[in-house]
Amino acid sequence: MRVNFTVNGRPQEADDVWEGESLLYVLRERLGLPGSKNACEQGECGSCTVRLDGVPVCSCLVAAGQVEGREVVTVEGLADYAKQRSEGGCATGTCGTTLQDAQLGVPPGEAWGRQAKGTDSQTGEGTELSPIQQAFIDAGAVQCGFCTPGLLVAADEMLENNPDPTDADIREALSGNLCRCTGYEKIMDAVRLAAARQSEGV
Amino acid sequence: MDFIRPASWEEALAAKAEHPTAVPIAGGTDVMVEINFDHRRPEYLLDLNRIGDLTEWEVGEDTVRLGASVSYTKIMENLRAELPGLALASHTVASPQIRNRGGVGGNLGTASPAGDAHPALLSAGAEVEAESAARGTRLIPIDEFYTGVKRNALQPDELIRAVHIKKADGPQQYSKVGTRNAMVIAVCAFGLALHPETRTVRTGIGSAAPTPVRAKTAEDFLNAALEEGGFWDNGKIITPSAAKQFADLCSAACNPIDDVRGTASYRRHAVGVMARRTLTWTWESYRDARRASEGAA
Repeated sequence: MRVNFTVNGRPQEADDVWEGESLLYVLRERLGLPGSKNACEQGECGSCTVRLDGVPVCSCLVAAGQVEGREVVTVEGLADYAKQRSEGGCATGTCGTTLQDAQLGVPPGEAWGRQAKGTDSQTGEGTELSPIQQAFIDAGAVQCGFCTPGLLVAADEMLENNPDPTDADIREALSGNLCRCTGYEKIMDAVRLAAARQSEGV
Repeated sequence: MDFIRPASWEEALAAKAEHPTAVPIAGGTDVMVEINFDHRRPEYLLDLNRIGDLTEWEVGEDTVRLGASVSYTKIMENLRAELPGLALASHTVASPQIRNRGGVGGNLGTASPAGDAHPALLSAGAEVEAESAARGTRLIPIDEFYTGVKRNALQPDELIRAVHIKKADGPQQYSKVGTRNAMVIAVCAFGLALHPETRTVRTGIGSAAPTPVRAKTAEDFLNAALEEGGFWDNGKIITPSAAKQFADLCSAACNPIDDVRGTASYRRHAVGVMARRTLTWTWESYRDARRASEGAA
């Protein structure tokens, strides 16, 4: 089947999708967005966390057909998403699609590829990171890095709704994300740092 | 496999009538695990996400009509006053990501004895609104809904549209045993609701029998003891011996198994402990509320 939805502000079309396929599989294997990680495939680890219409979910537990017409933000789009939010713009990510692209008929895949090249959030080179990404680097909250994308998406969403979280708030918000390196203390430091920077910025 | 995407409830019922083996999928937190691990290959997946009214709820005079797909997050955020037991139970479900997707309809459809909502529904009192294209709507009392391990009273052509849950008329509590605070399947769980209007106590036990069950003998004992001692009126502390007998009877209502999460004897013991604690907590709340209203009067 074919699935049309919006990813990181850009319309995407996935073809030949198997009916039992997960959103995670579509993102990684069909749309070339490997940021969301595939680990437990049963909602235990949170490594595949994405925003679905703004809400954090495990993309491994969303059937591909269920995202038809909906908006997804992955870790690859997190920097843009946070930027738009801080600029008071459209936080849903839809503003990421330029009118020009739509008019020129740029295929979604190419448009994304060009954007990914221009702002490479996979290596952190030549791009402005979101505050939570920068805080993870500054606090040394990344060890093997496998759980990091899911933690970033979950932590960013918490800071969006709760700018001044207590430690208990942070622990609860991240309770669905497992770090097998057990680097939780540094992750806590990173989220506290991002929260502090965010409140200074206001 | 076919993916059916009904745009309305009527279309969903028609699809279920045409394909009774179709597996409904809403939050996907159970169904997708089974598909990801190749434990299940349903011929049809029936997506309920496009049916908007399944995610809505109405607070009525005596009950809350809770749409089958209202997420646990929404229950926690919006229905804590009306459904305190279910709100507490919702908060123990898995993780924020799962609570954002899962709802009570899925818990009922799966009918696992470990489903977190069941003890809260049993203790509050509830009816499941099931519907089929051929026979219309029926309300199934929650006590008759669970028929076996992962079995329920639904017919193959029926779908769960909503749950009608009695609004709390007194304190409610929920307790769950697990190895950590998040992402945990209950080793066992216990829900308790005081109903001062009818002067009754209701219970619900999870993960300690083939189905979620009420501890009816324990309820009968406690109802009689509270009545005889005039406890509802005098608001005295429940005697330790009565609390202990209530706890023992709750343990006796279990019919648990040994498995990887715990032994049968541990489950029986833990249910007794949770029964005593939740009774103490709710009764203290009841006494506080009584004192406050007397103080105000």
